[in-house]
Amino acid sequence: MSEAGYDIARVREDFPILRRRVHGDKPLVYLDSAATSQKPQGVLDAMDRYYRHSNANVHRGIHALAEEATAAYESARDTVATFIGAPDRHEVVFTKNATEALNLVAYSLSNASAFGAASGGRSTSGWEAAFERFRIGPGDEVVVTEMEHHSNLVPWQMLCQRTGATLRWFGLTDDGRLDLSQIDDLITERTKVLAFVHQSNILGTVNPVETLVRRAREVGALVVLDACQSVPHMPVNVAALDADFVAFSGHKMLGPTGIGVLWGREKLLRTMPPFLGGGEMIQLVEMSGSTYAEPPHRFEAGTPMIAEAVGLGAAVDYLSSIGMAEIAAHEHDVTAYALQRLAEVPGVNLVGPREPVDRGGAISFTVDGLHPHDVGQVLDQRGVAVRVGQHCARPVCVRYGVMATSRASFALYTTHEEVDALIDGLTYVRRFFGLEAAPVAVGGGA
Amino acid sequence: MQLESLYQEIILDHFKHPHHRGLRPGGAEVHHVNPTCGDEVTLRVALDTGADSDPVVTDVSYEGQGCSISQASTSVMTDLVIGRPLSEALDKHDAFVELMQSQGRGEPDEELLEDAIAFSGVAQYPARVKCALLGWMAFKDAAAQVVAAGHGTEEQR
Repeated sequence: MSEAGYDIARVREDFPILRRRVHGDKPLVYLDSAATSQKPQGVLDAMDRYYRHSNANVHRGIHALAEEATAAYESARDTVATFIGAPDRHEVVFTKNATEALNLVAYSLSNASAFGAASGGRSTSGWEAAFERFRIGPGDEVVVTEMEHHSNLVPWQMLCQRTGATLRWFGLTDDGRLDLSQIDDLITERTKVLAFVHQSNILGTVNPVETLVRRAREVGALVVLDACQSVPHMPVNVAALDADFVAFSGHKMLGPTGIGVLWGREKLLRTMPPFLGGGEMIQLVEMSGSTYAEPPHRFEAGTPMIAEAVGLGAAVDYLSSIGMAEIAAHEHDVTAYALQRLAEVPGVNLVGPREPVDRGGAISFTVDGLHPHDVGQVLDQRGVAVRVGQHCARPVCVRYGVMATSRASFALYTTHEEVDALIDGLTYVRRFFGLEAAPVAVGGGA
Repeated sequence: MQLESLYQEIILDHFKHPHHRGLRPGGAEVHHVNPTCGDEVTLRVALDTGADSDPVVTDVSYEGQGCSISQASTSVMTDLVIGRPLSEALDKHDAFVELMQSQGRGEPDEELLEDAIAFSGVAQYPARVKCALLGWMAFKDAAAQVVAAGHGTEEQR
């Protein structure tokens, strides 16, 4: 492609599914990577090998397979920790997905309040005092943004319901950015948690982490970052971002479904109460009560997603072998090309930033006079896979006055030719529904 | 699967030029949504008891937004039920629901369903069946509400 050194053809060869044809003989044009990415051969092989060769439960048993399984699982933790620049491997908690990671933080906060109240000072562990940092209640505020995926909005709404805290949020500007004009009034001494998305899954907007974190630090708020759409597409270093918690999912970064990651600052995880209780997360269990294991195990109750962790480790190895900076440059190039080409199609309106600046490769749009379902259906018949609907971000649709959108989203394997197929498809969609024949008579579209 | 089997000419015609659109007085009004895609319809039904015990559907009016399938299906439905006895309209409803749930194996009754047989192809697209059913479900719901309320035209304001 356009940047030298990035061998897109070789990258694509690593993804068997990209050779598929759909609806007869149409080559698959997969533009739905923001929903889930495709998986390279190395990930499939690693999981297959694990099940064929090493399958056992982890952290228990002393037989050969149990030790191999434990080593494989814990080695995946090391791989992820290095990949995101975590200062300590114990800061990486495996969850079933990013949604669970975000809920984990929200529930730990309300557990901190509930545990303290219930113990009535008769603490067996002495940890209740340590939970203090996480207690939340009436008078406290949780701040989010209007562009959150439902997974980083609903858990905070529920936390506020449970604890009596108040939910507040940043609004959006007309061009798809956070409206930061009221930042000092929104993030105040009352703010207990600031939770926001690094890169929007529907708008593609990359948010100014530094500005938001700086203000949160001034008032002592905990910062929770949803990095689902950034970790797969750009270099992400948690130490540099300086958030307190960062959540992301495995399946959007070439790994399998069923595994997500919560990175948390070591000092915080150490004093944070658990979310799910069960095996593996305890230190000492008595009938009257229990003490909890150190992180990360305190937050990994029950048998974990072992094969999925192995797969995620292989996905990270693959991303690292290509290089995140190279991937980001490639995707930036494809995104800029797509923005330019979409602007050429009459009746197509972008929902989100128009310029390829602080914006990733998830591009939402509407087509005048057509519902996204019809757009997606006709594109699909040509082999072009896009997502249609509200993208688990209904407030964004409401904000921009659209029922739903079509979304094309890119990854390290997306080509210019695939963007061309999308553009050709959109031209065909408009012709198919008779919108191209009489552009003058339509009078500004529907 | 050919696109034309889903988007038959009749469907595209009704989508571009919907029949009986706009809200007029009725005995009951319902609002139905299809949350997966955001299709919405607000629909009113007017019934006239007349001398018979089987009321006649005198009008179905609606406003809505959504995909071509949901909009066209509602439009075709109004053509089929307006001016018909309610019992016959509900028979058509049942036949249409059955056709949509046939997974493409149904044999549509053309005499009963008339232009609505154009939606036979939709039954092969599970994600779109709900779109085709939206207006019909709203009609059945509204008609039932009018009947329950005593369905006389004199009660309509």
